[in-house]
Amino acid sequence: MGSGSVPSRFAGVDFYHIDSLLTEEERAIRDTVRSWVDDNLMPVIGQCYVDGKFPKQLIPGMAELGVLGANLPEEYGCAGLGNVAYGLIMQELERGDSGIRSFASVQGALVMYPIYAFGSEEQKKKWLPRLARGEDIGCFGLTEPDFGSNPSGMITTARETSDGWVLNGTKMWITNGSQATVAVVWAKTGDINDAKSIRGFVVPTDTKGFTGKDQKGKLSLRASDTAELHLEDVHLPKDAILPKSGGIKSPLSCLTQARYGISWGVIGAAMACYDEAVRYSKNRVMFGKAIGGTQIQQVRLADMLTEITKAQLLSLQLGRMKEAGTMTPQHVSMAKRNNVNMACECAREARRLLGANGILAEYHSMRHMANLESVYTYEGTHDMHSLILGQEITGLAAY
Amino acid sequence: MKIAVCLKRVPDTTTKIVVAGDGKSIDEAGVKFVPNPYDEYALEAAIAFKEKAGAGETVVYALGADVTQETMRTALAMGIDRGVLLQSPGSPDGFEVAKALAAEIRTGGFDLVLFGKMAVDDYNHQVGIMVAELLELPCISAVSALAIDGGAVTAEREVEGGVEVVTCQLPAVITADKGINTPRLPSLKGIMAAKKKPLELKPVTLGAGGVTVTALALPPERQAGKIVGEGPDAVPALVQLLRNEAKVI
Amino acid sequence: MTAILAVTEQRQGALRKVSLEVVAAARALAEQMGATVDAVVLGGGAVDGVQALGPAGADRVLTATHAGFDLYNPDGYAATIASIGGSYAAIVFAASAAGRDLSPRVAARLGQACATDVTAVGVEGGKVVVTRPVYAGKALQKATLGGSVAILSIRPNTFAPVQAVKAGAAEIVTVPAFTQRVTVREVKAPEKAALDVTEATVVVSGGRGLKEPGNFALLEALAAAFGNAAVGASRAVVDAGWREHGAQVGQTGKTVAPSLYVAVGISGAIQHLAGMRTSKVIVAINKDKDAPIFKVADYGIVGDLFEIVPRLTDEVKKLKAE
Repeated sequence: MGSGSVPSRFAGVDFYHIDSLLTEEERAIRDTVRSWVDDNLMPVIGQCYVDGKFPKQLIPGMAELGVLGANLPEEYGCAGLGNVAYGLIMQELERGDSGIRSFASVQGALVMYPIYAFGSEEQKKKWLPRLARGEDIGCFGLTEPDFGSNPSGMITTARETSDGWVLNGTKMWITNGSQATVAVVWAKTGDINDAKSIRGFVVPTDTKGFTGKDQKGKLSLRASDTAELHLEDVHLPKDAILPKSGGIKSPLSCLTQARYGISWGVIGAAMACYDEAVRYSKNRVMFGKAIGGTQIQQVRLADMLTEITKAQLLSLQLGRMKEAGTMTPQHVSMAKRNNVNMACECAREARRLLGANGILAEYHSMRHMANLESVYTYEGTHDMHSLILGQEITGLAAY
Repeated sequence: MKIAVCLKRVPDTTTKIVVAGDGKSIDEAGVKFVPNPYDEYALEAAIAFKEKAGAGETVVYALGADVTQETMRTALAMGIDRGVLLQSPGSPDGFEVAKALAAEIRTGGFDLVLFGKMAVDDYNHQVGIMVAELLELPCISAVSALAIDGGAVTAEREVEGGVEVVTCQLPAVITADKGINTPRLPSLKGIMAAKKKPLELKPVTLGAGGVTVTALALPPERQAGKIVGEGPDAVPALVQLLRNEAKVI
Repeated sequence: MTAILAVTEQRQGALRKVSLEVVAAARALAEQMGATVDAVVLGGGAVDGVQALGPAGADRVLTATHAGFDLYNPDGYAATIASIGGSYAAIVFAASAAGRDLSPRVAARLGQACATDVTAVGVEGGKVVVTRPVYAGKALQKATLGGSVAILSIRPNTFAPVQAVKAGAAEIVTVPAFTQRVTVREVKAPEKAALDVTEATVVVSGGRGLKEPGNFALLEALAAAFGNAAVGASRAVVDAGWREHGAQVGQTGKTVAPSLYVAVGISGAIQHLAGMRTSKVIVAINKDKDAPIFKVADYGIVGDLFEIVPRLTDEVKKLKAE
């Protein structure tokens, strides 16, 4: 372990006593996931990142803890937690690594949520408990090689046949894509330019014609499974469709769920970098004194703490609005955009404070810094969220 | 199987100790309180034994101020069925605590009463043993391995230079040491379920007790030492210092 | 005449060294109270070494013999000491594995409180006062024992045995009838009959810096060079399965107070320090000069332990050969 980073348990960052705004259960949930991450993820994540491997051996533990689809109802085998609790879970997972939080986001918000929101009762009963237990791993097939920020333009098709559907197309940048046992795939059932014909399909990945291929060469989210999906004449039965899905708003509503969790998650990454920077600054001696006593590093740390605190309050209010039913996608855009950006900056500044040591894998900041570039880009790029807010403010679309 | 576990709310072991204004206790501002780590072994043992027996009841007892309920809910979240808090502020001495717990537990018809071997704040290592004596039950303390077969208990405890094997019959009192098991984390569902489990509050009055704390102080600072040098070439100088200055070899 | 009772310990028919420390602590109280010291020995038959109790400060040596007392017999020992304990001003135990089990039993039977693991004793206003480490040694508690019998246990390796000129008159104590509720069947020895970390004069501890379990051989060689030394371990290497839990020094392991503690490749987490900070002299060897262990070490060498430890072993051997 590096200088000053005697293995210790993470104590969080809470300058404005935000803990006092949480319920006892929310604190207990947050503390439990925090301990789990300390015990199970932290010992392996550095090496996983370097090796480019997702630590899938942790999936059963995550499932047993109850973090998969945590805010979905107990009747489907989920923990039935409130949305602030869900956010805190994402925060603690991403304090460990964005790749692990991405796994949980996809499984919960992008696979379990659409089945819950748009699926038939049979589909819900069949898939949700298994996904909650980690017996099935899911992925969300929306993005395509040529259609990222503009998912409405997708060219994956689903043609209706006498006994079901045939899907054709390619999806890209799909988290969990090469290890998933089930994929929620979005495809156009009508004219190729008709976004209203977009429907969701539950595709077991062992269906003939379906392949998930690892995307190699990533310099970010290395401890995450990112894949291309190819669907070549994939035949599905009639009941593979998510009956209540319809139009681009269906997948977008799933993204709103995931983005909500991400706004919390990145706070965890920023906390991890800040915590590492503070401890390092107190132990690292240069010119005869600890660098934490020098002006430039103090400005860095003050800025980080301020941004983390602001982000915490933003996400907490967002969570309370979600619980009250008053949260809009635009609210989520503000939090995702702000919090990811501040986390990117915290990670970068922490990396700089760590000096040469900061480029080593045994420290966490550069790993977070690299990961957060993906988080900046996915689930709606920073720029897209700027335009979503711009339209909200002015009423004028600038896409 | 009916099992009682006694739990204490203690400051987290990483707490920086600041002596309070009264000069006798710690300043609790900003201190994180947790279940006593040794008691977590006891809680895990209770839950595991009940799971193995397939039926029974586990009850967590604690003595302390009302805020202790939060700590007890962690036990309920792990899987304990219900709890009883003996409401008593202040820090009574171990024998007073033992008397109160024994009086409460005596009528419970428990097959097994579990404690952690000691609390990480006071390091007293006595309450469980005293409760056993007051209840006239067999007691094995500081147990690092525990097996229960029917009514027969076989336990191991570490002693200087070896491991003691001790046996007794149920009903019995066991105080747990590290090594006996790995305490489970409460699941998130468990945390939500804990809210609905019964947690009874009972006021108790304790005596003044025989051990009266008169002062709490930070230990004298070890004098700053010196780095004798770097690398193996510094070794002869170190050995000379150990012989002539420290006089330990 | 006020008397203090010192409870000794025997293992396999031989008096354990800590018994002399218990007598020394009892002696310290006796001097301040104008009292005498009785040392009680419990065993299955004759116990080797009891003749040292008189010179160590015991005015009388009481012997309680019972067929079931070869091995530690919690109920029998407790009943015996409780049967005579009520008439003493204080009863002193060692805070050893047995003593920590026995002292609360005796206290409860006598209806008294108990102060465990004390590092200093005194008498103020006619009452026994003690100092004891709390919060993992991060603070020291001072307490007064107010009952009719002050019951306490002392931290091993803290009270130096004294040499008094006493004859130590011998007396027999009748073991009362007792209900045996638990039975100690045996004491299993560890594979290598190594000196326990809590009993050694020198402890050489290793942490993750050793890199591999096999490298602990370097520390074993150093311990052998020192003599009367044991090899301890940080929690990290015990959790990794490199060393037995019995060797773990720290908050969840053993607390040791040897004359010399050598921390090799140990960074110095608070939980480890809790187990060794009262050692008389601490030496740290670590490649990281900012490691927290150097803040508590009296002497330190920064550098590669794989070069330093063998050199230290050589130098200690040379010194011992002089």
